[in-house]
Amino acid sequence: MTDFGSMVFVFVLATFIGLGVIRRVSRLLYTPLMSLTNAISAIAVVGSIVVTGADHPLTIRILGAVALFASMTNIVSGFMITDRMLKMFKKQ
Amino acid sequence: MHLIGELSAVLATALFIFALYWMNDPKTARRGVIAGVTGMTVAVLATWIQPEIIHHAWIVGAIVLGFAVGVPLSRVPLTAVPQRTALSHAFGGLAAGLVGTAEYFLWLGGPATAAVQLTPFRMSALVAEVILGFLTFTGSLMAAGKLQEVRWIPQRPVTYPGQNVVNIGVLALAVALGVLLVLHPDASWAGQAFLGIAGLALLFGVLLIIPIGGADMPTVISILNAYAGLAAVAMGFVLNNKLLVTAGALDGSSGLILSIIMCRAMNRSFTNVLFGAFGKAQPALAAGEQKEWKQETVEGAAQLLEQARSVVIIPGYGMAVAQAQHKVRELYDALTKRGVTVKFAIHPVAGRMPGHMNVLLAEANIPYSALVEMDEINPEMPQTDVALVVGANDVVNPAARYNKGTPIYGMPIIDADKAKTVLAVKRSKNPGFAGIDNELYVQDNTWMLFGDAKAVLGDLVKQFGSGGIH
Repeated sequence: MTDFGSMVFVFVLATFIGLGVIRRVSRLLYTPLMSLTNAISAIAVVGSIVVTGADHPLTIRILGAVALFASMTNIVSGFMITDRMLKMFKKQ
Repeated sequence: MHLIGELSAVLATALFIFALYWMNDPKTARRGVIAGVTGMTVAVLATWIQPEIIHHAWIVGAIVLGFAVGVPLSRVPLTAVPQRTALSHAFGGLAAGLVGTAEYFLWLGGPATAAVQLTPFRMSALVAEVILGFLTFTGSLMAAGKLQEVRWIPQRPVTYPGQNVVNIGVLALAVALGVLLVLHPDASWAGQAFLGIAGLALLFGVLLIIPIGGADMPTVISILNAYAGLAAVAMGFVLNNKLLVTAGALDGSSGLILSIIMCRAMNRSFTNVLFGAFGKAQPALAAGEQKEWKQETVEGAAQLLEQARSVVIIPGYGMAVAQAQHKVRELYDALTKRGVTVKFAIHPVAGRMPGHMNVLLAEANIPYSALVEMDEINPEMPQTDVALVVGANDVVNPAARYNKGTPIYGMPIIDADKAKTVLAVKRSKNPGFAGIDNELYVQDNTWMLFGDAKAVLGDLVKQFGSGGIH
């Protein structure tokens, strides 16, 4: 029950912070915003590392490794393409 | 060790919030990437150094493969960014689905003490994670395929009678199985039921996207973005990991806000986008109302532009398809050099994803101070001498204001028709993606330039360069 309560609490607060911050994002930058949040939500990498690296049966670790690969791809391509796009925005 | 985990989670969350905060201005935005990369590195390292992690070679291997695929994916042409984004939602969904599956079978096959951890709350979160993860996976793959125009994925919406009943039925079945699992997490049939849920979610993702047309892609990509975030949140609930919850919630709220903005920009609701099958060909205007286009020559168009004091360029998906953004820039240069004020009118849903036009124009080195949002440019349109429409269609269709028979009725549009003269560059004489006739093209003050946008604009620029006009 305690983990239920505190996790939902964290979720609600984080959502409100998210809504507040995202609402102020420049309209020019919605495409890089999406690739940036993509990379951030690849935080699933944390779960994938535990599943892949701990002493689990082989099939479980294979599932984990595929998930880790997918998350890592998102992290790398997400941050890199965000930066590549942001570099292009010039005022004059 | 526990302390390091907790501290790194707080630090990474703070860095992610800053990353998004700095996106409020193009000047500070690149700082956001550094904050994001730092936060992610902290999170990965803090997890990796835990003593229970022993198979390091596996982790290194998967990370190296991730780099090998991720780096080329970050170098795609910017016109392909919508499909890259959809593909990365697919990867995010896949990761969540697979981790959820792995966790469940670990619990199921583990010692009896492990099953105790399977509280109804966690089991519900696990079901949510797997459903959201897998439906995001196949749904985003379908969206990416449509955007990439993969041959065997139909571009036009596919509809059939009873479609919504089938779709909702599939989802309801998955949820019902999920409820059963929450009540009996370790029943003898639990493993099969779990796989059944996964299979139904994969199927639902495909069914959800096939009736959706290209014009709806900005909204759909945003919704899938929110789903991918929520799948990460659910994974956080399952693993009792607060960092997953906060990062997932940030992603989810971003997807939610973008979805709302996109829906508003089309005057439609979520349910209408997902279950409305927009983009079916509509009957043309009644025959009596048919008016003829008036075609203009490149020379004439160049003269019109040259004599104008203010020009507003309205780009659309057609500009992206033709890769015409660099020619647009040359025209922008030629006109500004002659003292013409040139602005760009950006409709929120122009293109195939939120912000698509801004990125393409920025790539072509057009300063972002020249990019103006719909709401700000519309009051200026009546004083504008020439509105130049480049590959935009539905977002400038005046029928949206009054014609209740069209599916775009009520959608806010850029008031191109109110400019003194309208020049429209269009690839062919066919209707746009939404299959709707555009009344703008047959207005008295509209002149058409038919042809590939890149070629037409190139010819226009030549008129200015070669001394055709002085």
